[in-house]
Amino acid sequence: MAGQDCLVTNDWICGEYLRSRSQELIDATVQHVGITGASVAIGLVVSFPLALLARSRPRFAGPVLGLTTVLYTIPSLAMFSLLLPFFGLSAALVVTGLVLYSLTILVRNTVAGLEAVPAEAREAARGMGYGPARLLWEVELPLALPALMAGLRIATVSTVALTTVGSIVGRGGLGNLIEDALPSFFKAQVLTASVLCVLLAVAADLLLLGAQRLLTPWTRIRDAGTRGAH
Amino acid sequence: MDVLARTWAWLGTGANWAGEGGAWHRLGEHLYVSGVAMALACAVALPVALYLGHVGRGGALAVNLANAGRAVPVFAVLALFMVTPLRSAGYVPTIIALVLFAVPPLLTNAYVGMREVDRAVVEAARGMGMSGGQLFVRVELPLAYPMVMTGLRSAAVQVVATATIAAMVGQGGLGRIITAGFNTYDTPQVVAGALLVAVLALLVEAVLVAVDRLFSPLRKTV
Repeated sequence: MAGQDCLVTNDWICGEYLRSRSQELIDATVQHVGITGASVAIGLVVSFPLALLARSRPRFAGPVLGLTTVLYTIPSLAMFSLLLPFFGLSAALVVTGLVLYSLTILVRNTVAGLEAVPAEAREAARGMGYGPARLLWEVELPLALPALMAGLRIATVSTVALTTVGSIVGRGGLGNLIEDALPSFFKAQVLTASVLCVLLAVAADLLLLGAQRLLTPWTRIRDAGTRGAH
Repeated sequence: MDVLARTWAWLGTGANWAGEGGAWHRLGEHLYVSGVAMALACAVALPVALYLGHVGRGGALAVNLANAGRAVPVFAVLALFMVTPLRSAGYVPTIIALVLFAVPPLLTNAYVGMREVDRAVVEAARGMGMSGGQLFVRVELPLAYPMVMTGLRSAAVQVVATATIAAMVGQGGLGRIITAGFNTYDTPQVVAGALLVAVLALLVEAVLVAVDRLFSPLRKTV
């Protein structure tokens, strides 16, 4: 019974809590990862054509960037509530809200990345007979990848944090545990869930950083080259 | 659409605006909490960022701080405060959480703005015999001003938007209209509350853009 003392005294850190509620914690973490992952993935799929549109048709660039920026000013609590009439109390509601937030960062970074592709690289590829599609996939996209990945990392980290607000409709992953613990001032649960949230964000960021390194080996060669030249 | 019509009706009902839990009172709470948080965040972040930018150190710290800030859920921070004795301190927990949230964008933008001032201009000013203080006030600060204001604007909009979360831990502000609507399954009220916050955030943005234009030190030349 000694181990349960920390639950009785409501300590911040409690081993017995971790042991007895591990299944609850795992379930919440899985829901958190699922909602975040789905939101970022859909955000990426939606933002890419928007970014291409903004780039190829300058007339659309203003409205596309403006609209995604306006979306960003809507508070998360309000965003979920505004979508309520369309989705009801479902996970789709939270995912849609988070997708709309991720668009601002993803579209901006993709457009900036594509615009930063050197004109010579584009000209050279065109001269070698690359069509528009091949130019995009084989030249522009790889060169824009660092900027795109930077945007993806920011979007992912803020989505992990924002997912907690989804607890307003009961689909907030670790946020649900935080909300459940509030009325009874259950310290161990609030702290554990909050710490897990931050760890999740850090882990996702490191994972994406690793993916970026794997996908853009040339940037490291270039870095080594400039370092050698000094 | 029915919900929109009923939302409009909610907004048009005087009783929803009056009294202790009315929209005007909530709006006042919202502006008070956001304003105090922004003022404190500026008082903390701007001097530090401008000084670090002037001496040209601590950039990695500022950027890392901003990135780390994104990883911390405001809701979790607020909730942590609410299970400490601070919960009985009124708006203090909300304001602290919002300050923590507003400092990173202010810090990064001000620092980057100072560092992006053309080195050639700085060298020229030094060559003309300007002291460090003169250089800071007459050259670096005016040139960094647009970036500082951009940071201020995004921080202010985020703070106004985020202050709604205070309602999730039982504090005041416009978020209360939303959570109260949620609890009574009153969708029009939820939508009305959300609209009010979004409009307020856009208004704050517009006011700051206007202030920016009026007071920009470069407005005569641009």
